[in-house]
Amino acid sequence: MRRGSVLLSLALAAAALAGCRQDMHDQPRYEPLAASAFFRDGRSARPPIDDTVARGRLDEDAEFHAGKTAAGKPLEVFPIAVTAERIRRGRERYDIFCAPCHDHTGSGRGMVVRRGFKQPPSFHIDRLRQAAPGYFFDVMTNGFGAMPDYRTQIDAADRWAIVAYLRALQRSQQATLADVPPDEAAKLQAGG
Amino acid sequence: MAQVFHRSTNSIARVSIFGAVFIVVGLGWLLDTISRSSYVTQARNARVQPVAFSHKHHVGGAGFDCRYCHTSVEESAFAGIPSTKICMNCHSQIWADSPMLAPVRESLKTGRSIEWTRVHDLPGFVYFDHSIHVAKGVGCSTCHGRVDQMPLTWQENSLQMDWCVNCHGNPAPFVRPRQEVFNMAWRPPPDQLEQGARLVTEYKILPPSVLTSCSTCHR
Ligand code: HEC
Ligand code: HEC
Ligand code: HEC
Ligand code: HEC
Ligand code: HEC
Ligand code: HEC
Repeated sequence: MRRGSVLLSLALAAAALAGCRQDMHDQPRYEPLAASAFFRDGRSARPPIDDTVARGRLDEDAEFHAGKTAAGKPLEVFPIAVTAERIRRGRERYDIFCAPCHDHTGSGRGMVVRRGFKQPPSFHIDRLRQAAPGYFFDVMTNGFGAMPDYRTQIDAADRWAIVAYLRALQRSQQATLADVPPDEAAKLQAGG
Repeated sequence: MAQVFHRSTNSIARVSIFGAVFIVVGLGWLLDTISRSSYVTQARNARVQPVAFSHKHHVGGAGFDCRYCHTSVEESAFAGIPSTKICMNCHSQIWADSPMLAPVRESLKTGRSIEWTRVHDLPGFVYFDHSIHVAKGVGCSTCHGRVDQMPLTWQENSLQMDWCVNCHGNPAPFVRPRQEVFNMAWRPPPDQLEQGARLVTEYKILPPSVLTSCSTCHR
């Protein structure tokens, strides 16, 4: 009798444990970027076939998506409205993606450069102060010399926002007292 | 027939019935502690990775922003893990011959992905979304801890249901201004409860009745 009940409870416990499966935890679907045993390259995220165009991403507007005029020259104007909001957005994106090399001030002495990366020119040299907005856009989109491209990390609208901020950054290094609003200028003069 | 048991066994029996309550409670406590322990949740257990990638050097030392590598964290449920190309943006020139980075160069050459070991992994029946948390002022460090001090990445919190619900039931102690979301060093100010409550209204954070309802996370 006693032995029977011990055996019975052991059997019940074994059955209960056998029921502990992880099927609901590990469901038969792929998590983003999960490995797959099915495809030869081991990826569940399938690389699109060359020249695939996503819906709404035909990117045929050469001015907006390549920063070039119809004649293939760098665009001299912004294809977007430059607002204070955009410039703020551009500053945020610049600090994330460009500052590691170009530094927050645009001097070209960022952290990665100090660790041995090729030093880029300062954004405050004359040549780059004269360069067209479309030129900066093109450098970000296709890379330039040792600089990698940022086409996949930054979308086109944000790349334009960065160009807008670069213009403000270049201006800031050449600013005179005449650029400061009158009430602030009074404060500066009183202080200095 | 003579008595088999001595009289004192009566009190022993009574005491042991009483004691059984403690044993049951004790067992319950033990099970609960085990299920919350880092042995089960794997919290604070750094994983071995194919490349000894260090957030401590990249974020803490060099000061890179999370979004340089985790590019989709603001727009999508999945935060994103950087591609080999992103590593090579910098490592094409610095540490370019280091044996530590051999798997990265190998991956670039062959086109095969680097197979990182997952650190955080919610069960398949739980829905989680980064973008909403980032947009409503929940910082990376609230959930992931001081990533900028991790030589190898570990999971800081249990990721168990009561951890999520604890915040969903009352987010005010945790919510911070949006511009501080990526700041690892942010600490709650002394008047966090008032500030948090203000932000909860300002960001129009849904009420606890919605946020703790089962179908928010199990859908
Ligand atoms: C990994 C480091 C790195 C990052 C990040 C980086 N750059 Fe560069 N950049 C360089 C280097 C190096 C050069 C110089 C390239 C050369 O001359 O070979 C350069 C050059 C440039 C130039 C000047 C081209 C010329 O005519 O001389 C511009 C403009 C520029 N970068 C813009 C940007 C912008 C905008 C970003 C952010 C989206 C950015 N860079 C991010 C490294 C970087
Ligand atoms: C230079 C690129 C880079 C930067 C910058 C970066 N990370 Fe990462 N992160 C990675 C890589 C690569 C992994 C995968 C390897 C690992 O888990 O350590 C990762 C993994 C993680 C994980 C664990 C993912 C998992 O497997 O569950 C978390 C959490 C994380 N990062 C948070 C952050 C936060 C927060 C920041 C900003 C403070 C940040 N990362 C900045 C590259 C980066
Ligand atoms: C924005 C530039 C940048 C990117 C992108 C980047 N690294 Fe680094 N990495 C650095 C710098 C700078 C150092 C040197 C850190 C130091 O000296 O403190 C470094 C150092 C390293 C080291 C050497 C050991 C150490 O931690 O100091 C390894 C390994 C490494 N990186 C792996 C990676 C991997 C893997 C990726 C891609 C997920 C990556 N890095 C992306 C800039 C970068
Ligand atoms: C509300 C808590 C919370 C916040 C805030 C948070 N995370 Fe996460 N993170 C998680 C959870 C939970 C997972 C595991 C998701 C899964 O397993 O599906 C995760 C996973 C990740 C991963 C692995 C990839 C993925 O999406 O599964 C990375 C990388 C990451 N987080 C980075 C970040 C960064 C960077 C931030 C700051 C912008 C951040 N997280 C903010 C809770 C959070
Ligand atoms: C530190 C606080 C905090 C933690 C921890 C947290 N959340 Fe949240 N969660 C929030 C806030 C705040 C919102 C925004 C609610 C809103 O939309 O107003 C949110 C929203 C969500 C939403 C979207 C709700 C909707 O209907 O749009 C989901 C899903 C979610 N959380 C899942 C989780 C899961 C799963 C966990 C645990 C792994 C978790 N959260 C941990 C604070 C938190
Ligand atoms: C804020 C998000 C959130 C809400 C709201 C939520 N859950 Fe969960 N739930 C989770 C997470 C995360 C887990 C996974 C816990 C783990 O891995 O240990 C979980 C796990 C579970 C499990 C499985 C436990 C196990 O050990 O496998 C059950 C059952 C469950 N939840 C029921 C509910 C019910 C019922 C409600 C409504 C009252 C609810 N949940 C509301 C996040 C949530």
